[in-house]
Amino acid sequence: MTYGLLVLGAPYSAQAPHSALRFAHALLARGHTLLGVFFYQDGVHNASQLMAPPQDELNMRDAWVALHREHAVALDVCIAAALRRGVVDESEAHRHGLASHNIEAPFELTGLGQLFELRARCDRLMTFAG
Amino acid sequence: MTDSVLIIIRHAPHDGNRLREALDVALVGAAFGKSVRLLFLGQGVVALLKGQGPGAPGQKATLPIIDMLDMYDIESLLVVDEELSQLGLSQDQLAAHVEVVAKAHVPSIVRSTASVFTF
Repeated sequence: MTYGLLVLGAPYSAQAPHSALRFAHALLARGHTLLGVFFYQDGVHNASQLMAPPQDELNMRDAWVALHREHAVALDVCIAAALRRGVVDESEAHRHGLASHNIEAPFELTGLGQLFELRARCDRLMTFAG
Repeated sequence: MTDSVLIIIRHAPHDGNRLREALDVALVGAAFGKSVRLLFLGQGVVALLKGQGPGAPGQKATLPIIDMLDMYDIESLLVVDEELSQLGLSQDQLAAHVEVVAKAHVPSIVRSTASVFTF
């Protein structure tokens, strides 16, 4: 079965991304396919490359990047939700005259249309909200 | 059926940005030509109350967005009869175009929709 995940919670504040990551590994271990993860609302904070948790804690961004490298999972971030929360890539930082950026590939800033596209391509879209 | 979208809203206005960003998904869905319905559950029903002010300081009001949804061909705003009475609300206290459905009807609404997004 093909899956997509919608992540709405920020790392270390909400359980949502941690549950989503565990669910992703569980479904892949069972031979299912994960097409993509869409980060929306506070979930956009998962993409920040400036997060620096203590060394004995999981680095959530690195965990998503590993998922992408090992299983070619697309990591899409809603651009409108990200910009409002200070999560920007280099070109958006330029456009808005911001001093720095904090998101890079494999995360991609994209529109909400991509969420509908992901939904259309997968058998199940699972939302992790809380 | 394949183009039908149901957005389930479970949060009141100003409970973070959740309601506002859920409405954004509805608007984008409509812009992509989907047939969009909204189902307001639990505290989400409060989003439909008439006469709301601009909301928490520094936050935009969401009711004007709800009021203009029909301009985007989103005409189906659903609330559940039982939940309305649990909150002590009546239909005439809610924004226009709201349709009250029986609780028993909710599963078939979800089943008959291709894409369900819960916020």
